Amino acid sequence: MKITDETVRHVAKLARLWLHPQELSQLVPQLNDILEYAATLQSVSLDGVEPTSHPFHEVNVVRPDVPRESLSREEALRNAPEADQGMVRVPAVLEGGGGA
Amino acid sequence: MSTPTVKGILQSIAAGETTARDWVEQSLRAIREVDGRLKAFLLVDEEQALAAADRIDRAKMYQNAPLRGVPYAAKDNIVTRGVRTTAASRILENYIPPYNATVIDKLQQAAAVMVGKTNMDEFAMGSSTETSAFQKTANPYGEDRVPGGSSGGSAAAVAAGLVPFALGSDTGGSIRQPAAFTGCFGLKPTYGRVSRYGLIAFASSLDQIGPFTRTAEDAALVLNAICGHDPLDSTSSREPVPNFADGIDRGVKGVRVGIVRHLPEEGLEPGVKAAVNRAIQQLEAEGAEVVEIELPHMEYAVATYYLIAPAEASSNLARYDGVRYGRRAEASSLLEMYERSRSEGFGMEVKRRIIIGTYALSSGYYDAYYKRAQQMRTLIRQDYERAFEACDVIAMPTAPTTAFKLGEKLDNPLQMYLNDIYTIPANLAGLPGASVPCGFVDGLPVGLQLIGRPFDEATLLRVAHAYEQVRDFAWPKPVLGVAE
Repeated sequence: MKITDETVRHVAKLARLWLHPQELSQLVPQLNDILEYAATLQSVSLDGVEPTSHPFHEVNVVRPDVPRESLSREEALRNAPEADQGMVRVPAVLEGGGGA
Repeated sequence: MSTPTVKGILQSIAAGETTARDWVEQSLRAIREVDGRLKAFLLVDEEQALAAADRIDRAKMYQNAPLRGVPYAAKDNIVTRGVRTTAASRILENYIPPYNATVIDKLQQAAAVMVGKTNMDEFAMGSSTETSAFQKTANPYGEDRVPGGSSGGSAAAVAAGLVPFALGSDTGGSIRQPAAFTGCFGLKPTYGRVSRYGLIAFASSLDQIGPFTRTAEDAALVLNAICGHDPLDSTSSREPVPNFADGIDRGVKGVRVGIVRHLPEEGLEPGVKAAVNRAIQQLEAEGAEVVEIELPHMEYAVATYYLIAPAEASSNLARYDGVRYGRRAEASSLLEMYERSRSEGFGMEVKRRIIIGTYALSSGYYDAYYKRAQQMRTLIRQDYERAFEACDVIAMPTAPTTAFKLGEKLDNPLQMYLNDIYTIPANLAGLPGASVPCGFVDGLPVGLQLIGRPFDEATLLRVAHAYEQVRDFAWPKPVLGVAE
């Protein structure tokens, strides 16, 4: 199954990526090549095989919930592109600016 | 002065012949001399390195530190407090981490001295270090050749003799393949052997930190210092940690070396195959028992990996949104800010993988792609479990070719991915793997790959060390570098 410009644009949107039309025309054939190659997995019978999400048997890890020292607010904000009054500042969350 | 090993530096400092400052100065001098053309480093901090060396020379508490005074470099996806860490991405161009990765803290405690951060493929996505947003690193054995990737800067720095060891990370071969391409020793420890805390995540179920060195014994010394359980990484293992240098020279008598019957050989260069076969024969002559094993699902490893790794990456890289750190683009709404920041900040390979991963995880395709890949991962893991009933280590080439030319595969991502055929399976199965230089073809290094049982790095290192003692090919001097 071939993927189209439209599929890639949709997936990019899901991934919060904006693609330049030039990037899109480069990506579509490359992604088709890669997915066609990945489709070799469709030819193998995998019925009843347990999926592996992790190389070794994993157990849940817990620890006592004890407060400990962490980064200061100042340190935590040092890499923020924009900070204001000890908080991260971002553009308007709701479009239109007129409130909900 | 011939190129020093970690062991040699430790002995010399312990004997009072040299100081930490001498070695750090020598490393900085070599970097100044060579790195303008090699471009292995993204950042060199001379002042901090010299200050650290002086501290180590002065303070008594470091006298018995296991890596006292040894200079090293760290791949730029390992965070360093107060020292810019970019993962070779525009999106982190100005990121100054407020904390250290556990491995950096451990090396500090061991009294090693970091001299700088090395170039890599952006977010470790690549096999040539060419997807770095900042520069292309050359191969010390051919200026027009790639150093491999993604840890190409670390590999080149060690191979050129700029530092005696460097840290890299390996998600699908990113330590072993550049080690093979540049003629140094590279070790990917068992998944969980080394803490990933502070390693900028690419694919969390595959990523593992490990060393580049000149010898297997040096790798054992570095692994001793960086491994072990870390409460800050819940996937780090509680397996007992041996001294990896102990017994490394016990030889290979009786060790069963598995070779793969029906190894996928498409694209395998005859010169590479010959060098690897000769290395295996030499191990046999030393008393190893060579046995044939089967890895029937190996041919599906690349397809499996290039679904699982991008799927995990698409999730891990969601954090780069321009809000709390990293690049932020001008925008009038939050959604536009996310999209613009990510589009300006990520390079093409990263975008490609985020899109593949998002696609493989999206509803309607999940079962066909992601789930099937996870099921195949089970079969690949089981192949190895079965193989290790008959052998103690598995030997095969690290990569099907020697270092290819800069630019050669950049426009053909699938060809680039297929180069990882021999290294990927160990990551899918979580196994330790090493690459040992085993010859040169047309002036370019070849690597012998050894894969071991989970948490049995000791046997890997022992076999590699035994081979190093008997290898007899002519080792040319690098074109770029001070190594001898």
